[in-house]
Amino acid sequence: MPELRRYWPIAAAAVLFRLALVLFPGDLNLGSRPEVATPLSSLRRLAEGYWLKQSSLSPYAGSMYHGSPLLLPILGPLIANRIEGRPMYFYCSFLFVIVDFISAILIRATGQKLFISNQQNNKSLKLPGKINLVSNLAKENAGDVASLIYLWNPLTIVTCLGSCTTPIDNLMVILTIYGACSGVAPLAAFGYVMATHLSLYPAILIIPVILLLGHGPDAPPSKLFKRTIRPFSWKPIIYFVVWALIWTFHVLLLCSISLKGVGGLHEMFRKTYGFTLKVEDLSPNIGVLWYFFAEVFEFFRDFFLIVFHVNILFMLLPLAIRLKHRPCFLAFVYVAIVAMLKSYPSVGDSALYLGLLGLFASELADMQFSFFLFFGYIGVTLLSPVMHNLWIWRGTGNSNFYFATGLAYACLQTVLVVESVSSMLKHDRMLKRLVSA
Amino acid sequence: MMASHTFLSLLLFYLYTLHLVRPIHCSVGSNGFDTTSIPKEEFSEELLLKPLPDHKVLAHFHFTSTSPPSSSNGKHHHLFPKSIAQLVKKYKIRELELSFTQGRWNYDRWGASDPLSTANAKPPGVELWALFDIPTKEEIDATWRNLTHSLSGLFCASINFLESSTSHSTPLWGFLPNDGDLRYGALPREAVCTENLTPWLKLLPCRDKAGIASLLDRPSIYRGHYHSQRLKLRSDRLNGIVIEQTLSVVLQPSDRTSWSLHQLFKKSLTGKCALAKSSKVFLEIEGNLGSQNENILELVGDADMVTNDQHDHSTIYQYNVERYSEHEALDIRVNWKNPLQVSFPQAPLHASRFLMGSGNERGSIAISLQSARNTTKGLYDGSNNCFTRVVIFQVVPWYVKVYYHTLRIYVDGEIRDTKDVVEKINVTPSEDKVSPGTLEMMLRFPCRTISAALTLDFDKGFLHIDEYPPDANQGFDIPSALVSFPDFISRRIYPDSIRSPLLQSYKGRNVVKSYTEVLLVPLTTPDFSMPYNVITFTCTVLALYFGSMVNVLRRRVGEEERLAKSKDKRRPGLIPLLISKISNKVRGIKEDSANQSQSSQPILGPKVVFKVVLIALIAVLGHYFLNAN
Repeated sequence: MPELRRYWPIAAAAVLFRLALVLFPGDLNLGSRPEVATPLSSLRRLAEGYWLKQSSLSPYAGSMYHGSPLLLPILGPLIANRIEGRPMYFYCSFLFVIVDFISAILIRATGQKLFISNQQNNKSLKLPGKINLVSNLAKENAGDVASLIYLWNPLTIVTCLGSCTTPIDNLMVILTIYGACSGVAPLAAFGYVMATHLSLYPAILIIPVILLLGHGPDAPPSKLFKRTIRPFSWKPIIYFVVWALIWTFHVLLLCSISLKGVGGLHEMFRKTYGFTLKVEDLSPNIGVLWYFFAEVFEFFRDFFLIVFHVNILFMLLPLAIRLKHRPCFLAFVYVAIVAMLKSYPSVGDSALYLGLLGLFASELADMQFSFFLFFGYIGVTLLSPVMHNLWIWRGTGNSNFYFATGLAYACLQTVLVVESVSSMLKHDRMLKRLVSA
Repeated sequence: MMASHTFLSLLLFYLYTLHLVRPIHCSVGSNGFDTTSIPKEEFSEELLLKPLPDHKVLAHFHFTSTSPPSSSNGKHHHLFPKSIAQLVKKYKIRELELSFTQGRWNYDRWGASDPLSTANAKPPGVELWALFDIPTKEEIDATWRNLTHSLSGLFCASINFLESSTSHSTPLWGFLPNDGDLRYGALPREAVCTENLTPWLKLLPCRDKAGIASLLDRPSIYRGHYHSQRLKLRSDRLNGIVIEQTLSVVLQPSDRTSWSLHQLFKKSLTGKCALAKSSKVFLEIEGNLGSQNENILELVGDADMVTNDQHDHSTIYQYNVERYSEHEALDIRVNWKNPLQVSFPQAPLHASRFLMGSGNERGSIAISLQSARNTTKGLYDGSNNCFTRVVIFQVVPWYVKVYYHTLRIYVDGEIRDTKDVVEKINVTPSEDKVSPGTLEMMLRFPCRTISAALTLDFDKGFLHIDEYPPDANQGFDIPSALVSFPDFISRRIYPDSIRSPLLQSYKGRNVVKSYTEVLLVPLTTPDFSMPYNVITFTCTVLALYFGSMVNVLRRRVGEEERLAKSKDKRRPGLIPLLISKISNKVRGIKEDSANQSQSSQPILGPKVVFKVVLIALIAVLGHYFLNAN
């Protein structure tokens, strides 16, 4: 299997770079950045929830904590133990470095699975000679590229150090995709249940997961094959469903044990999923919904809440129909759409889909606007903190400036998603031409 | 029954007219009624003047009305305000206190641990608390809502804002020990003025027409440095309803060395309210002057009685107003020969509260406690360690999102483990748009503590544009915190020979407490003029996403190839292309066949020309006929 040369040194360098930043004596205070930590993922709020739980109150008392009750016993003690002269969440940052590394490894493994299936497909289509004409990247392992993109993406690094629980959410999503790609139903079910439990939106990944388990990893459109090489198999899907039910039962059981006597599951759903769906917190973030709901007239609020959430669901089916032969890519598109339209987005969500984007480097090689997108991302990530500073800290700016960067960011993500879908479809068309030629 | 009512009301009317004609000492029921068994409604008025160390004068008006528990008069009242009696009956109030305050009591200079300041120093704005005689929490909440509305109407104030669950709280022991039937609310920004005073005066039987209340000259009392108007009522089966109405004003006399009652109020006291059982004016001088009083001050106007309290902390001069009349008005004049050197009794720790941090994202609240100079006393525990207990009660509105886990306590500048200092803590975290955060905390400091501070971090909330008040950029007020010292009791015992409800209340076991400053938190504002722009921009972005995605998904391979083919051909100009398309549509010919037949057929066939002309003709005719009609 061809490997990117010097993969391990570069990955190790990324981890060392993170460790250096964790050990950095000053407090970088990334945890208070609205771009990094959202009300759902902030460790500071988690610490408050842990404190409330320790004082035998419900962790959801008040409106501070909106995360999972399962994170409290894991991260809580790490937060409570502080060392003088070190940043607040020293131990947690260490944990997140490990989590990030595992995510990168899983992305790499997913890439390898995709690569192998790609090779097989090319062989069965008798394309190996022709594909080289299309892209010289095809020979390289996209998994290595994606993994390194994930590790060295500044957004990932910021998220990792930014004292928020997003790295764990991302790990669970990646675990789902990896598990489904490699056909391990229990693992996929675990990742899926956990990811949904932690942040609700990954629930829509059920479609790509089922397609992955049924069809196997990404392949050119099935019409191209003279005969179907792998029929849709229901067995792993039934496995997946059974395992998902088992994991759900376990998660709910653990949650109800941990919330026994202090609110129970009903309060948990109200404070986590309800909080996500109702967009109750209007503090600024890189999305557009906070400002929208701070400004929109109260009697339209419910209507627009439905509109925005339905917008996520609306595209699921059309995308699934057009991209059913590429479930992994479909998962990437879903993740990107969620990152764009979710109620409390952060750069950690972008880090996830940008990492996954690397998996399709060879297919998307001739994507349009990549130059514009690259510098657009850089521009927004630089401008957004400036505008935030001008508005919140200096008082010389105005909320509209910050909102404008949010709008620009949403546009960029739109262009990225649409262009990647478009070029993937083009790639399939090109394959068809090559096969029929 | 009916007859006795009529008789009673006739009698009351008769008595009342007697009062109006000639003020005499009133005693109800001297005409054959058995007065020993039926307790009477009583009213008494008092004024206490107290020189303060910084040459200011505290004037404390104290009016007490009592209504006996038995409703011997049915629903009617002789002296007692009917509106209050109805309020108590309807809402089953056990205790209630409402205060309107302008300015802040200067605990450093005006005293912090004497009964007058502990009972009457109130936080700026409106403060209301009530204890109910109702069993369930839901009923109490509903009653509280009704009560706020009633009081709001009664006192012409925005007390109804305390109705919402975001502005009142249920302290358990930080404010007053109770069983969950206490509700507490404060409106720190409420402005207090005459429109609140007039309804308050209406509760007095003589209003401000006669008696001590006639001194309440509006310009004089609102000129003061501190102005607090209070209504406190207690009701139980044994004593009936007792209301205490007090008005405390701190005035600055024009002359530093001498002032008189007339100078302070620009009015003279010409007699008592005829309905009052007792009417007295006191002058309280802090510290035991004893024999030296000749050297320090000279009093013009002779007092009826001079006495010291049990521990000789103060001297009190009593004047009976009933001795005075229009011909001989009561005027008390104090001439200072030497400045008063006595320092007023201080609370064990002086509390102040402030905000830390900058910017509109986050900050911290800090409460600092500084030891007063003269107190070192405290309580001793089993191992003979001296300690002082401090209770802090603080209500924070929901948009100040306090992280209670960030509580840090510094004692003498050094950070302490909270477990060592906090004896008891009760936190009700704030819920967005539902309830405020309440912090009740009992701290335990060693007696030698010179200074202590505690800090709490908070995030500032972001509100919906409708939730901002009209002056959004002024900021939001956090109500005063209450710092009380449960081991320190302020009481002052005067001889029983002085029958005065005011001095009786001095004997009560009042806990020493002080209110901190109101904090002003500036919150970030969104652009208030933007709702339409924001809606359109956001929806545009969403439409961009949706539209372009649909476009990409819908596009088919065949179409692209056709497009590519048509690109290869020499394209006709835009207008001929358009016309050809329209003509194709009109003729119902498919595009492909049209393309093929394009070269052979002229674009504008005679049929098309005919149709266009026909339509134009119909349009012109229609237009002509419509206009003609």
